[in-house]
Amino acid sequence: MCGIVGLHLRTPELYPQLGELLSEMLGEMSDRGADSAGIAVYGDPVWSPPGRGCVSVTDLDTVPDLGPDVDVVTVDKSFLLSADLPSEQLLDRVRAAYPEALIAGFGADLAVLKGVGHPRTLTERWGLSTAQGWQGVGHTRMATESAVTPSGCHPYTVGPQQCLVHNGSFANHATIRRDLRREGVVFDSENDTEVGARFVAAQLAAGRDVETALKELCATFDGFYTLLVSNHDSFAVVRDAIACKPAVIAETADWVAMASEYRALSGLPGVESAKIWEPEPEVVYAWTR
Amino acid sequence: MDAITQFDLATTGLREVNAALHKAGVTGSFVIDKPAGAHNVAVGVNAPVQVTVNGHVGYYAAGMNQLAEITINGNAGTGVGENMMSGVVRVTGNASQSAGATAHGGLLIIEGDAAARCGISMKGVDIVVGGSIGHMSAFMAQAGRLVVRGDAGEALGDSIYEARLYVRGAVSSLGADCIKKDMRPEHHAELAELLSAAGYSDDTAEYSRYGSARNLYHFHVDNAGSY
Repeated sequence: MCGIVGLHLRTPELYPQLGELLSEMLGEMSDRGADSAGIAVYGDPVWSPPGRGCVSVTDLDTVPDLGPDVDVVTVDKSFLLSADLPSEQLLDRVRAAYPEALIAGFGADLAVLKGVGHPRTLTERWGLSTAQGWQGVGHTRMATESAVTPSGCHPYTVGPQQCLVHNGSFANHATIRRDLRREGVVFDSENDTEVGARFVAAQLAAGRDVETALKELCATFDGFYTLLVSNHDSFAVVRDAIACKPAVIAETADWVAMASEYRALSGLPGVESAKIWEPEPEVVYAWTR
Repeated sequence: MDAITQFDLATTGLREVNAALHKAGVTGSFVIDKPAGAHNVAVGVNAPVQVTVNGHVGYYAAGMNQLAEITINGNAGTGVGENMMSGVVRVTGNASQSAGATAHGGLLIIEGDAAARCGISMKGVDIVVGGSIGHMSAFMAQAGRLVVRGDAGEALGDSIYEARLYVRGAVSSLGADCIKKDMRPEHHAELAELLSAAGYSDDTAEYSRYGSARNLYHFHVDNAGSY
């Protein structure tokens, strides 16, 4: 099953409420996936200090120590690192020092948290309700394609500032993974969604825009999917041609939100007067702030 | 006049509300406020009661309905009115996929759009959609009538049996064994009746009828390649 939520705020007055709104949205989707969860928050000044390179790390037994220039914020079992360096350089240092660590995400203004457990328990442990920012995505997982571990949790953030969350399953992921590996792409897991994320990242790295990348994904991947793909300033939604995995989009002057089911959106301010619709199959919907 | 019973789903549990609607010999009118997208609102009602739901509902709202008149003032999630047997279910907003799936009887009205698979495997229900319907609608539809005041998505009526489909707007494509058919006087008459029952007064001349070509209806070995 799995649940997806995403919130893209347009009104800066709402930025302080991002975490609170996202917590409630994710909690409502617990019934769709209660084994693990993950979130990405764009713009929290504590989790991802502005102007610094950021890397989110999980699945590490010790607090990472990369020297005095790298700050560490510990959030439950994750470590949010930041330094006055480009995120990619900080990422290289993390990988060199802690090759066993799971990189949950990296990029300016981005924090990614993942964990095994009930989504409501996790968001409480993370203190998500006090997080701020302009954009957040989340996922509640009911595993079908790979193990229940932090590495199997969405969002997959394999390119700088990019996140991908997925409801569904890709049928031909093994074939595409083999092709990408042959091109030198390194994978963290055997999860089908990671293949989608790395495919999109490779498309974006080749200079394509998110819309073209997702159209290419539709043409290449076989299976069921509703995908939410976010970047530093944008977020996009696409569904497969059969469109049996649910998705609802709501939009007001103050925000754009997406969720697997309407009930996740029912607590958003002004939702009563929002424009609400279901995304059409294989149509890419994208918003940029 | 019967009393109106009011429920607020923000403070009352859904099971309590549905249990009240399932009570033996239940009569009267019910208003359900603040559903907040909850699933299974007013399912399995089997009595001639009036139910008004104020707000958007989740999956299977008014499913398996018998005899009741249920109005949802808002949008409905997957499978609104699925397997309904009789009564009237009205959605004032849009409906998600599989509206009226497998329904045997009664009238389902969706004033807005209905998404994919509207009327899938319908078995006798009448469905009137004020707006447009999504892809694969009326898939394997066996009996009943589907009226669409807007457009229909891809593969309308794929593998259809004896349901009759009336569409006013464009049809993206017809599914296997579904064809356009002539509108004879009896079809104009039944369409006018369905529109009127749903509260519309369109000119039936604007509509086209679609139904089964009956080529795949029974298995024939020469058709094996068409399945």
